Amino acid sequence: MTTTLTETETVAPGPVLAPHPTLRDTVDQTLTMAWRAVKKMQRNFEQMFDVTIQPLLFTAMFAYIFGGAVAGDVDSYLPVIIPGLIGQTILTACVATGVQLREDMDKGVFDRFKALPIARIAPLAGPALADMLRYLIATVLTFGVGIAMGYRPDPLGLAAAIVLAVFAGWSIAWIFTWFGTVGRSAQGVQGISLMVMFPLTFLSNAFVPTDTMPGWLRAFADVNPVSHVISAIRDLATAGQLTTDVAWAVLGCAAVVAVFLPLSVRSYARKM
Amino acid sequence: MTVTTSTDLAVAAAGLVKTFGTQRAVDEIDLEVRRGEVFGVLGPNGAGKTTMLKMLATLLPIDGGEASIFGVDVRRQPHMIRQLVGVTGQYASVDENLTGRENLWLFGRLLGLRSARAKATAAELLERFGLTEAADKQISAFSGGMRRRLDLAASLIARPPLIFLDEPTTGLDPRTRGQMWGTIRDLVRDGSTVLLTTQYLDEADQLADRVAVIDRGRKVAEGTPDELKTSVGSSTLQLRMTEPLDTDGAAGVVRRILAEEPVLTPEAGGLNVALTDANQAAEVLIALRQAGLSIVSATVQKPTLDEVFMAITGHGAEEPDPLTVPQMEVPA
Repeated sequence: MTTTLTETETVAPGPVLAPHPTLRDTVDQTLTMAWRAVKKMQRNFEQMFDVTIQPLLFTAMFAYIFGGAVAGDVDSYLPVIIPGLIGQTILTACVATGVQLREDMDKGVFDRFKALPIARIAPLAGPALADMLRYLIATVLTFGVGIAMGYRPDPLGLAAAIVLAVFAGWSIAWIFTWFGTVGRSAQGVQGISLMVMFPLTFLSNAFVPTDTMPGWLRAFADVNPVSHVISAIRDLATAGQLTTDVAWAVLGCAAVVAVFLPLSVRSYARKM
Repeated sequence: MTVTTSTDLAVAAAGLVKTFGTQRAVDEIDLEVRRGEVFGVLGPNGAGKTTMLKMLATLLPIDGGEASIFGVDVRRQPHMIRQLVGVTGQYASVDENLTGRENLWLFGRLLGLRSARAKATAAELLERFGLTEAADKQISAFSGGMRRRLDLAASLIARPPLIFLDEPTTGLDPRTRGQMWGTIRDLVRDGSTVLLTTQYLDEADQLADRVAVIDRGRKVAEGTPDELKTSVGSSTLQLRMTEPLDTDGAAGVVRRILAEEPVLTPEAGGLNVALTDANQAAEVLIALRQAGLSIVSATVQKPTLDEVFMAITGHGAEEPDPLTVPQMEVPA
């Protein structure tokens, strides 16, 4: 502001007003919002079923039902299906991120968040950060069930695979966060999210190798970022190898964030 | 208009406009709120009070006109405005999943207080608003009045110089309402400027130094509560005739006795007469008796918002608007 603006100068009482939130403020506010989201998880434990009971159930179910048919026996199917199920479970958890954000935004407290001098990204980034806990739980549980059933991953690769899975969850969740900020109701967000989530999951290499698919389907399944994430988890956990798929997965996730994070913040800031 | 510089004004708005579809929810409203005063915005449901407040609080984009708060442009500097204004909405904006204490701590942290400082401020405010006992209960267990108080407490964490209260007592029982009024008076004593909206003339009367009356998005009157009340008389005599056909005759009697034009509802045999002095009611009743006109009931009431409205706009506050009703069916 130039000094010639005598009328608007020093009119506000109290401390000097900041024109924008600083980066430090933004980080601080995001962490505070993440704290709120964690409290909410603790107090609504039924919201955690999709990352606790579902992975336990699905892992056992999928391995025993499809194991024989797809891979000959359960043991040789586990290295394929465990990373596949991690991909699927994380996508389901991502959908919940968007739906819960929409539900949350309809509540009175969001009116206050909007009226507070805080960074517009904080109410979105906070829950996104806290939800990494959900992806972590889902990933660890799925690997745990797999190991109990006889899956033997590479220990170091396993750790790397968990990190990648959680990062992928955080990244892909921005797609559904955007739906959450655009949608008019939680049901609407849920509907559209499932419509996007199912093709992303099933039109991938999550459950079966893509070479059994017709050409056009295979073409999609091969470029699907979810396929790359799942391949990367397989390479890391099963073989303990850092392959190009890992690089593609990280790059794909980064691209998703680069597109959908700004979209989400813009649409949230506009909605007021 | 008085000559004031922007520094004397907490809120200065000129020609504010908000359009939803084809409907102008706020239609060229000018507003000047001075520092340290309680300014009331009075109007019925759907008059545009909340919309106006939301625009000033940066919660809705301003479609037309200019607004500044303590000289800071609302449109250009939203982040600064948010530092100057504490907003308490019509519906308690607190987190259902958290306790009262956690809520205040959360908002304190978001406002940049360190954890220990936020904790101390929370305890202080809980004490001040009589919420200490319920402090560690989840909000879902709070009564309506307690929620409102917590909500107001949350707006005060950063000690904003300007506080917006959107219908602070709508839906509260009379006792809680009285407590809320006390709290708002304390705020003003501490030097805050308050902009409040209300549907109740008595609330504006109790709290506001000056009042603007809003109707269908337009400002139709402005003044002190006393000025508004005198525009409709100090009280109203409501009469209901035994024979609806006698209404005209009774109106004639009123004109003769008080030189005042009554408001008639002939189909119900009713007429409302503005009185400058409540004792005039007796004179009217005696004259009616002498004229042989029989009444079913007679009540003397303080003026209501509806009567202020009737006097200013010529239609009742709750009356549906024949022009806007069909427009609402047009998709936005």
